Amino acid sequence: MAVIGLAYIFLRNLFAVVMLSGMFSLTAAVLYVVMDAVDVAFTEAAVGAGIATVLGLATLGLIGVVNEKPSKRSFLGPFLVVLVTGAVLINATLDMPDFGDPNAPIHHHVAPRYIEDSGREVGVPNIVTSILASYRGYDTLGEVTVIFTAACGVLVLLGRTRRRKPHGQETGDRETASGDGEAAK
Amino acid sequence: MKHKAVLRVSSKLLMPPIMLFALYVQFHGDFGPGGGFQAGVIFASAFILYALLFGVNQARRVAPAGVIRTTLALGVLLYAGTGVAGLLLGGNYLNYSVLAHDQVHGQHLGILIIEFGVGMTVASAMITIFFIFAGRGRDERGE
Amino acid sequence: MAFAGLYNYWIVVVLMMIGFYVVIAQGNLVKKIFGLNIFQVSVFVLYITMSKVDGGTAPILDDRYQVYSNPLPHVLILTAIVVGIATMALGLALVVRIREAYGTIEEEEIEQQEGELP
Repeated sequence: MAVIGLAYIFLRNLFAVVMLSGMFSLTAAVLYVVMDAVDVAFTEAAVGAGIATVLGLATLGLIGVVNEKPSKRSFLGPFLVVLVTGAVLINATLDMPDFGDPNAPIHHHVAPRYIEDSGREVGVPNIVTSILASYRGYDTLGEVTVIFTAACGVLVLLGRTRRRKPHGQETGDRETASGDGEAAK
Repeated sequence: MKHKAVLRVSSKLLMPPIMLFALYVQFHGDFGPGGGFQAGVIFASAFILYALLFGVNQARRVAPAGVIRTTLALGVLLYAGTGVAGLLLGGNYLNYSVLAHDQVHGQHLGILIIEFGVGMTVASAMITIFFIFAGRGRDERGE
Repeated sequence: MAFAGLYNYWIVVVLMMIGFYVVIAQGNLVKKIFGLNIFQVSVFVLYITMSKVDGGTAPILDDRYQVYSNPLPHVLILTAIVVGIATMALGLALVVRIREAYGTIEEEEIEQQEGELP
């Protein structure tokens, strides 16, 4: 996965970047299955490899730009910031519990109650669904509201389609966008 | 164009199984991986497939904007409404145990209803977002 | 011994730093949004690897298994993935609008155009 991420930095062609993002999400979904997180893998594969790629391609079609322009800024500054932040984070991970350790603190407070009592209290085999819908139902309500708001936001930003006008009245930008969008398909 | 004929036929064959699979994932979220979000995205992908191959204007006739916006809002309303129903029947907000004669059945019923609400909203949101992205800038070309 | 137990965190840090670099160093707006996607996925990998228990299985109740992986981070990440896609959709809509307003999606050119106006 790190290889795909590095390719992001060096590629110029935006179409390839969108495709790579789909590959990245799919690889992450496989990783989640190996980690026993089946619900999360399902969602990541559907959303990351499906919707994100489709939306990225639709955006590229709309803006008509296919290649990134070379940047004139030096890369040293951000690179140093990244190195320092990475070193600090790795220093912080030295205290963390080992991978897969069943005695890690994360497994001790609320999770055992959910695992043991979910069958009795909610009666649904899938513990993730029972937590999502019943024990933490409030959070899921907030999440559905966020999705609703995002759809409303896109409606407001892009929803007003320009009515058919004679060509002479269109602004210059509009022409290039639709013209290049056709060519970029 | 010949190659488009192959795509059109195969996608027409694929769309009903996709929607059926979405419904399966929705209602079996209790017993296996799945649930509202995944089902909503898969359901939306059936419509997106249709729009990709037959054009957004045609797809708009199948899924009119007004209907999709209504289902978008209805999903959230269903979720919040279940919570209020819990309130009216004597429990706390979003307490499903009071919805049926015993606790386990109440929880089942509550989870089914809200997952359906979630699936409806997610599917409508994805369809709306895609149709807006794809439909913009095409009015002049009249596709 | 410390390395073998901690390597999953280090992979996460590497991925996070790659995403961070793409967001702050690249000028192209679409690349920035997808770099943010890498950053988000790296955070999800952090949570999911923390939830795994040795010898556990997927958290679906079944009579054949006793040890389950921790389901609580799964729930959090499920919500986070969906919220991430919502913000990405909004971000891409903004990029389309910026392109229509400025004619470019490179950050440097936008700054230049902003600089020319009083």
